[in-house]
Amino acid sequence: MTDQDIRALVAQHLGRIAPEIPFDSIDPSEDLREECDIDSMDFLTLVTALGKDLSLPMPEADYDQMRTLDDLVDYLRRNAA
Amino acid sequence: MTDQRIFKATPTANMPSYEAARESFSWQDAQDRLDGLPDGHLNIAHEAIDRHVVAGHGEQTALRWIAKSGARIDMSYQDLQHLTNKFANVLRSHGLQQGDKVYALLGRVPELYIAALGSLKAGCVFCPLFSAFGPEPIAARMTIGGANALITSTRLYKRKVAAIRDSLEALETVFTIDGAVPDTVDLAPLMKDAATTFETAQTGPEDTALLHFTSGTTGKPKGVVHVHQAVVAHDTTGRLALDLRPGDVYWCTADPGWVTGTSYGIIAPLTNRTTMIVDEAEFDVARWYDILQSEKVNVWYTAPTAIRMLMKAGADAIGDRVFPQLRFMASVGEPLNPEAVIWGNETFGKPFHDNWWQTETGGIMIANYATMDVKPGSMGKPLPGITAGIVDVKGDTVTELTAPMAMGELALRPGWPSMMRGYLHEPARYDKCFKGGWYLTGDLAMRDADGYFWFVGRADDLIKSSGHLIGPFEVESALMEHDAVAEVAVIGLPDETAGQIVKAYVALKPGHDPTEDLRLDLMGHARKRLGPAVAPKDIAFRQNLPKTRSGKIMRRLLKAREMGLPEGDISTLESDEK
Repeated sequence: MTDQDIRALVAQHLGRIAPEIPFDSIDPSEDLREECDIDSMDFLTLVTALGKDLSLPMPEADYDQMRTLDDLVDYLRRNAA
Repeated sequence: MTDQRIFKATPTANMPSYEAARESFSWQDAQDRLDGLPDGHLNIAHEAIDRHVVAGHGEQTALRWIAKSGARIDMSYQDLQHLTNKFANVLRSHGLQQGDKVYALLGRVPELYIAALGSLKAGCVFCPLFSAFGPEPIAARMTIGGANALITSTRLYKRKVAAIRDSLEALETVFTIDGAVPDTVDLAPLMKDAATTFETAQTGPEDTALLHFTSGTTGKPKGVVHVHQAVVAHDTTGRLALDLRPGDVYWCTADPGWVTGTSYGIIAPLTNRTTMIVDEAEFDVARWYDILQSEKVNVWYTAPTAIRMLMKAGADAIGDRVFPQLRFMASVGEPLNPEAVIWGNETFGKPFHDNWWQTETGGIMIANYATMDVKPGSMGKPLPGITAGIVDVKGDTVTELTAPMAMGELALRPGWPSMMRGYLHEPARYDKCFKGGWYLTGDLAMRDADGYFWFVGRADDLIKSSGHLIGPFEVESALMEHDAVAEVAVIGLPDETAGQIVKAYVALKPGHDPTEDLRLDLMGHARKRLGPAVAPKDIAFRQNLPKTRSGKIMRRLLKAREMGLPEGDISTLESDEK
């Protein structure tokens, strides 16, 4: 998957959880939860949906590697071989 | 419910015997443990900070703040004394007097703690707001309370306050902690120049200290009034129910935007002279285990949602970390399911001790204690000094139900120090809470033959999500503001992690189609106004919602149908769901 594909997938799921936040307005180097105003439950929903689409386990112990949008995309690219 | 018991072998705790403590307890003794101020005055901040400095403990770390980045800042009791004095001086120099209301809208940053205690020192009423609230809950809470000053960040101000500023008539000053934007005052230079000495306001025990908001089933949120006298209960319940001891490292994971994060995230830990851990970041499995280990936490007070997320991650997530210093673990916010208590016992070698209280009670009322056997799933027994009962309310008659496992409303005999003193501007609503010499909690519960209490559910339509009480009316009102919405009902549905999640049922006005785009538009609309903590996580369309003859939407019926439960009495149903 290309970086662009992964970003599109994240955008799609974020669009369901926080539809009022334009994806382009997210600063990819800032805390994703703050940027999108999402709480722990929303974050769990996002990660579960991404994990399902990419058949990736995404264990909770890895969440600290998904702090920002860039981190998350990076993590998905590295693991969704 | 389970018959399983977790036995306690080593009775080394602040309260070696629950029965003996109940027998000998008096609130006067509890009061005598504090210093007080001359002429019968009492101030929470003095008991939390200054008296420890006077007693020679100024060097002890009072607060260790862990930034999102992992950076740590330690503040000693002496530092905290100086910083809160500075803040109190800043308030005075901006015209804030005793009795004025100071609100905070901040994440868990040091300024929040300094503002809380500095405001109390100045004799101001402090009101914390949860930073995940959207503009509407913020506006409602600031209007009802008549906020005179607000401390926040430039980011939160721009996103959540700037647009509602004009509607907040009493609000004169907004301090921002990270520079200034139009219409705000940069706090940092003021703090730098302020004097480190301040004479603590001579507040009376019955002067208002704290304002906490809680949700009601109908109408606006309720402003719950607490007074300086509450510190007697904060201090003693912290000592007896959380087993806090001077010098302990203590971690309360609750946000001060909720009552737990103030009573047990600011006040009780400081009056008991512990070192508080404050983590700026949100829940994260690895980070939390790291903190427990590296900070050598002795006492940990957290919430069922977090515990269930830890359970889900599995014991493997702990890795090779060990927690030899961890002595006591407690949980609050909603009933902790028996599996989670047992999981704690297996994973940490000690159970989570569930306890029960409300914004209105100001402090822990029913708890599991360090030296008392735990029945997993039970909230425990009433604190020494607290009388609880199960009652049946019929009109104005209240009857106590004494038979074991009789179900009724959980009630408390009024008179403890942290009891609310009122709902702001709503004396009738306050009076309704008291009947037949009892304070009625609105929770349904049972008491077993051994005197343990068991939570059954809310007596009303309030929703408990991730430990936060959410009023359906507030959510419904925000959705009703959308052009496409004709009627709406909001209920809480069971969720294995959050306890309950908020779900909204929406019927549309003619000319609007129930499309996915519209559903997302409604979600976004609600989130923008309410914030993620309150907004619905799910929205479903209906052509019609079930209503009574008087036009009241039957939330109960929607919920029963969603969960496949019996519909109960539907004699008042006039117009059914479609």
